[in-house]
Amino acid sequence: MLKGGIPRLTRPRFDFWFFVKISVVAVMALFLIYPFFTLITRSFFSTRVEGLTLFNYERFFSRTYYMNALKNTAYVTFLTTLTCALIGVPLAYLMTRYNVWGKRLFYILIIMALMSPPFIGAYSWILLFGRAGFITKLFAQFGVRLPTIYGKTGIILVFTFHLYPFVYLYTSGAMTSIDSSLEEAAENLGSSRLRRLFTVTLPVILPSILGGLVMVFMAVLADFGTPMLIGEGYTVLPVLVYNEYMSEMGGNANMASTLSVIIVACSLLVLFLQKILIYKRNYTMTAMRPPQVIQVHGFKRFLVTLPVALVALVGLLPQATVVVMSFIKTDFTGFIGGFSFDNYRAIASRLSRNITNTYWFSLVAIIFIVLLGMLISYIIVRKKGLVASAMDALVMFPYVIPGSVLGICLIVAFNRRPIVLTGTAAIMIISFVVRKLPYTVRSGSAFLYQTDPSIEEASINLGVSPMKTFFTVMARLMLPGILSGAILSWITCINELSSSIMLYAGRTSTIAVAIYTEVMRMSDGTAAALASVLTVTTVASLLFFLKISKGKVSII
Amino acid sequence: MPSHNVIISNAVKRYGDFTAVDKISLTVKQGEFFTLLGPSGCGKTTLLRMIAGFNSVDEGAIHFADLLINNVPAHKRDIGMVFQNYAIFPHLTVWDNVAYGLKARRVNPQDIQRKVREALELVQIAPLAKRRPNELSGGQQQRVALARAFVIEPKVLLMDEPLSNLDAKLRVQMRGSLKKLQHRLGITTIYVTHDQEEALSISDRIAVMKDGRIMQVGTPSQIYMKPENPFVAGFIGISNFIECQIDAVDPREARLLLPDGDTIASVRLARPYQGGGMICVRPEQLIFSDNYGIQARIELATFLGDFVEYEVRLAGGQTLQVNEYTKDIADIRPADTPICVSLNPDRIIVYSEDAEVLTC
Repeated sequence: MLKGGIPRLTRPRFDFWFFVKISVVAVMALFLIYPFFTLITRSFFSTRVEGLTLFNYERFFSRTYYMNALKNTAYVTFLTTLTCALIGVPLAYLMTRYNVWGKRLFYILIIMALMSPPFIGAYSWILLFGRAGFITKLFAQFGVRLPTIYGKTGIILVFTFHLYPFVYLYTSGAMTSIDSSLEEAAENLGSSRLRRLFTVTLPVILPSILGGLVMVFMAVLADFGTPMLIGEGYTVLPVLVYNEYMSEMGGNANMASTLSVIIVACSLLVLFLQKILIYKRNYTMTAMRPPQVIQVHGFKRFLVTLPVALVALVGLLPQATVVVMSFIKTDFTGFIGGFSFDNYRAIASRLSRNITNTYWFSLVAIIFIVLLGMLISYIIVRKKGLVASAMDALVMFPYVIPGSVLGICLIVAFNRRPIVLTGTAAIMIISFVVRKLPYTVRSGSAFLYQTDPSIEEASINLGVSPMKTFFTVMARLMLPGILSGAILSWITCINELSSSIMLYAGRTSTIAVAIYTEVMRMSDGTAAALASVLTVTTVASLLFFLKISKGKVSII
Repeated sequence: MPSHNVIISNAVKRYGDFTAVDKISLTVKQGEFFTLLGPSGCGKTTLLRMIAGFNSVDEGAIHFADLLINNVPAHKRDIGMVFQNYAIFPHLTVWDNVAYGLKARRVNPQDIQRKVREALELVQIAPLAKRRPNELSGGQQQRVALARAFVIEPKVLLMDEPLSNLDAKLRVQMRGSLKKLQHRLGITTIYVTHDQEEALSISDRIAVMKDGRIMQVGTPSQIYMKPENPFVAGFIGISNFIECQIDAVDPREARLLLPDGDTIASVRLARPYQGGGMICVRPEQLIFSDNYGIQARIELATFLGDFVEYEVRLAGGQTLQVNEYTKDIADIRPADTPICVSLNPDRIIVYSEDAEVLTC
């Protein structure tokens, strides 16, 4: 009567998701794991010694040249982290607890500061406060000599106004998710408002603040453009990677690999320290009753708005500066005054290739990012298991790899047979995809976590295959999340400098690279025009992001 | 409508060391409303999802009529399912939600039109066809989910706690319409719930589950009146458990003794038994009197409208719950009143030390 015989044990399922997992793992293995392992291997080789050797590491720890760079890096990262905390935390407090004027506008300005590339910031500060800067000259007319902007001061200044939004975003997120009953309890037990802030509010949100600080730390550790432009001989590790690589051109980038491994080790160490510090201190909570916004009026309201406005506007200064400067006539001596479109004419005739490259590469990268992002975030959220957790860790790994390090990774992996990609557009696009994928995966999975798993089961149950269900139902539901993430990926792609500077060849140069090279050859006008093109694209993309994400997708 | 019986034989589901479903065998008859009832974590939803194809069957077999479905992928099983939180597609209208399964089956457009309209009329939401899910109330979403599940004329209809997200009044109302609808469609239905009242009111038969096993299968009245073990007795309705010594040399006249030696009742047992055991008695089967029965004292009286719930403490220290209908009494007995409690020997169940039923 019963057909079908003895039921077999469940067999491995060669279904749609099985093949997706295999393909995604293969892509990651080829473009992330293999390059990184090649990098580590390469760091143990030297042209001066036969076979495996610690020569490079010994050289690093014994030469003052390298140790100074390490010291400089430590100095600017720690100090910037501190200044960002001093700005970000109070700002978050004011913005979340008081009826600051123009809150929405300031919020957008703060995010803009974060999304604009720091090397444009560095360049603008030079335009204003550099040796030939407008404000420097202005003060010089009154016989006032401003302190120099070059070196560590400039680096810290630029990074601070670029990165304080990390601390702001993490902190304000936590401040609005504290249940007000917690603070009321403190008040009820006899705490003054200030005492309550330091004994209850801040300790509770400390893990979030720390999260923001680590983001700042990593970003400073990773950035190449800022110290290169404004550092003037104040050498930090990412700059050293670039210099070593350039001096080893034609060689095999062994020392650059060693430096890269050391930078990654530093960022992993910091991440690890953070995990230890917040271990058992993660008080996640959902505010049943979020804290009240205190309504102040008149002069008091002006007082709480003033600091926010100052910080936000100073953060915006670089963007405003480059856009204004881009319309000013220049010659080989610099800006000479008078309105003109000359700079734009110049970039249109001479650097149009960089512009089309930037948009083309980013667009192609975004297509891959969207497709991979959807599949990976789905696997991470829904197909729990070994492969999924490995994928989760791997896809986030580029967060701790600075761009210049990823650049070196890809170079050492793909500059000789079997696969030669150096100098091609492909390698630029690959670096964009690998580096910017985490944004899309994060927002995609955040959206997926909020979607009821049974929606998918309902579709399968009604007779639609898992593959078709994914593309018709799940992809449709994840779209807002994926799209928002993709815009963030897009913004960071067009602004990418630190990996592109390693990977570009003449034909594959981008706007970011061109800005750098134009500044280096003192062509300020064209640099400003290029920077304006990037800035305007960034701002437009960001506004689009805010419109479609409707506050559901976190920018961090 | 073509409906099937469902035969589950020795089904096992493991998660690592944990066995969620432990050798369950069941036969759900054609057209039957069958409920899996149990506390959370008992494996009822796991079993339902094994039938649906969302959980693999580690051992054993599941058949629809004579077709083995163990390795049939979920989307080819032809089962209707109503999910706990409805799982309405948020991007589709009510109409498109209901038509979704028909389209997947490539039913021709005229038939889709007709079937969707009929289904929506049957669950009384035809006027809402063009609405989006976010414009519907919980009860309306529930009806969409239901229509979407049965419109494909599935072999079996599965429901996973479908009423648990509705408010109490609507839940009772939907219970009735669900039962009527199932009766009318004659579709084999397997229903999962942890709410015993819901299970009793809606099912043809119930399987009570605990720790991945079936404790008892039977009609609602069998389960309530003749619980086969103390777990079922305790889980379905309220039961008082009284430890006792059983003296049944002659099973026709067994004496049940309290630890302090008082005889609490004399009953007829199915077989001779000597030793420890347990009496299970419902609160409404305990009777108060002034002088007949065991000495006790009222600890707490709770007025609940149609009856009063008393907590009484026996002289031996044990507390019992006794319900007394207000229509039978003049007034509420205040706390601390001394009282005697006796039990209706025809309405008690006696278990042996091994939790085996001794009463006939």
